[in-house]
Amino acid sequence: MRRLNKLTAVAAVAALVFAGAGCAKKSTDDSASGSDDCVEKGDVKVGMAFDVGGRGDQSFNDSAAAGLDKAACELGFEVKDAEAQDGEPESAREERLQQLVDAGYNPVIAVGFAYSAAVGKVAAANPDVNFAIVDDAVEGDNITNLLFAEEQGSFLVGAAAALKTETDNIGFIGGVDTELIRKFEAGYRAGAEAVNPDIKIQSVYLTNPPDFSGFADPAKGNTAATGMFDKGADIVYHAAGGSGGGLFEAASEQGKWAIGVDSDQAKTADESVRDSILTSMLKNIDVAVYDFLKSVADGEPKTGPQVYDLSVDGVGYSTTGGHVDDIADQLEEYKQQIVDGEITVPSK
Amino acid sequence: MTDSRMTRIALAVAAPVLALVTAFVITSVVLILAGDDWLGVWGQILSWPSNRTMVNIVNSATVYYLSAVAVAIGFRMNLFNIGVDGQYRVASFAAAWVAGEAWLPGYLNIVLALLAGMFVGAMWAGIAGLLRVTRGVSEVISTIMLNAIATAVVAYFLRKVAIRTEGSNIISTKPIAEESRIPGIPFLGGEIYGFVVVAVLVGVAYWVVINRTRFGFDLRAAGQNESAAVASGIDVKRMILVTMLLSGAAAGLVGMPLLFGQDYAYGSTFQSGLGFAGIAIALLGRNHPVGIALGALLFAFLDQQSNPLQILLDVSPDIVKVTQGVIVLAVVIAYEVVRRYGVRIEQRQVAAALDAETREKEVSA
Repeated sequence: MRRLNKLTAVAAVAALVFAGAGCAKKSTDDSASGSDDCVEKGDVKVGMAFDVGGRGDQSFNDSAAAGLDKAACELGFEVKDAEAQDGEPESAREERLQQLVDAGYNPVIAVGFAYSAAVGKVAAANPDVNFAIVDDAVEGDNITNLLFAEEQGSFLVGAAAALKTETDNIGFIGGVDTELIRKFEAGYRAGAEAVNPDIKIQSVYLTNPPDFSGFADPAKGNTAATGMFDKGADIVYHAAGGSGGGLFEAASEQGKWAIGVDSDQAKTADESVRDSILTSMLKNIDVAVYDFLKSVADGEPKTGPQVYDLSVDGVGYSTTGGHVDDIADQLEEYKQQIVDGEITVPSK
Repeated sequence: MTDSRMTRIALAVAAPVLALVTAFVITSVVLILAGDDWLGVWGQILSWPSNRTMVNIVNSATVYYLSAVAVAIGFRMNLFNIGVDGQYRVASFAAAWVAGEAWLPGYLNIVLALLAGMFVGAMWAGIAGLLRVTRGVSEVISTIMLNAIATAVVAYFLRKVAIRTEGSNIISTKPIAEESRIPGIPFLGGEIYGFVVVAVLVGVAYWVVINRTRFGFDLRAAGQNESAAVASGIDVKRMILVTMLLSGAAAGLVGMPLLFGQDYAYGSTFQSGLGFAGIAIALLGRNHPVGIALGALLFAFLDQQSNPLQILLDVSPDIVKVTQGVIVLAVVIAYEVVRRYGVRIEQRQVAAALDAETREKEVSA
């Protein structure tokens, strides 16, 4: 994992940004091998099962897709993906994984914790196939868990918010009230309070399971953000997938700051709102996915939990726009303290 | 007599066939416009399902069936229970919690959980029924609102009672003990939900109650003409409340095949949206227990057969949602068209019969 230095992280983020162009072609075009930059197709077929939203969600799924497409290009893998339907039954998830296996895809990567039970079951039924799952710790001999220390990245953007705020009042918008998103909030709070123990932190979750629309509803994000700004916040962080677009709009209209999530949103969000994005908490799913596929290519698939934290740049913060340059020293110091274990970031 | 009977059957079959053909054509047009391999798509969807898919079709149809029956009970009384979705989620959660706590051993625990689910489902629907009879609130509005409230209420209580495995983001109720699960029935090398038996019984009970009891007669009468029903001494308000309670109790069973046959707990990944599928299927099956069964199988068939479309043809399985939507719309229109056509035929026959009669009279006179 030492290979995962900053340069690869930056390269991966760049690949993410240019997803859809050049190397990172949509796998559905099946033309990745036609591109000059890509190595020729081998005989490894990789299947990926997305969570609800699939490709094009500009967030979680896209990040995984970027890693997959990069592997398709650089390692010559043939890739295929399939996405989940909202509110589908457990059997549909199992069926999707099994169908990928039946069609000869190995390894199979499941994106999102909703696949937890399905991966456990299908992996047990197909011991010769390698499975990877993002964001879940389900165990099995042929299962790789791609896990992230979201709380550590959130700690840093929380610290950035606390250092930058002029009203000592910041906000957090969670997409759906799940354990995973609570982890983002916990880290964000800890980071902000490390800078200023008396800071006021507003927090809201857009929807509750099984209503997962909170990850894809910009209108809800806008309403929540506007409410927070009205109540005195001047910086709001979101972990709400596509709903974050509403936050960016609200921040842009009111001249306040927003903090992005998962990818460097100052590069991917709508151009008119990019100036309002202070920084983004990076969760490099693409790095993890690529890393896993690389291990498959090397003939030694990693199995068991692989934790991507600050020490391997699995999470981090973005500096696009230069808005956090003035506090970079302090953020780097916090980062070092977390990596060295001097600060333990709570995850709930 | 046999002639008019033949016409009736032909007309009854004509409507769904017309609807299916329309849906087929419109879906094909959408596929062609999107530049997809439309022949390939139909080739996949209409191919003979594998054994595993067959099992999934039956399982998914079982769940759809229960949902559609719950909706149909309301429909027969002219009540639009859109809230089956919320009712089954509240009920499933309650049943999962009761079953997980395992106060009773073995199968008794299942019975207790089913009763709890039906009770909670009935109460949740009862709120809408009560609002309707006391305050005149349309059940359409109140049940939609209650769906949203159900989501929040379940999320709140789930957080209270949930158990959590370390490292997992899924929260769910305590899993049901092995001895309190409903065993599957072997079918084509797989297993279908044992609950399919209960679903059939529910269908039979529904038919008997609606068609063979005084209560069913009152219910249909009140549904067809409220003022006439009042005039003949039916307490319509009481009927509305009781119908909502029954509809809710049936809705309480919707999640049970999933709970006792597949998931064994209620968690954030429990299947949602079944109530809305139920509305479409009840419409498609014309509230008839056999019609609903066919509709449920058709929807389940389309769902399952479209699953591999992404993997095999790069076509989103969402296309099947278009097909299902068009089927429902087309079926409503087709039934109306066929009904009018039937009325016209009848009128012509009656007119012809009357003509013949008068002519006969003239001749004899």
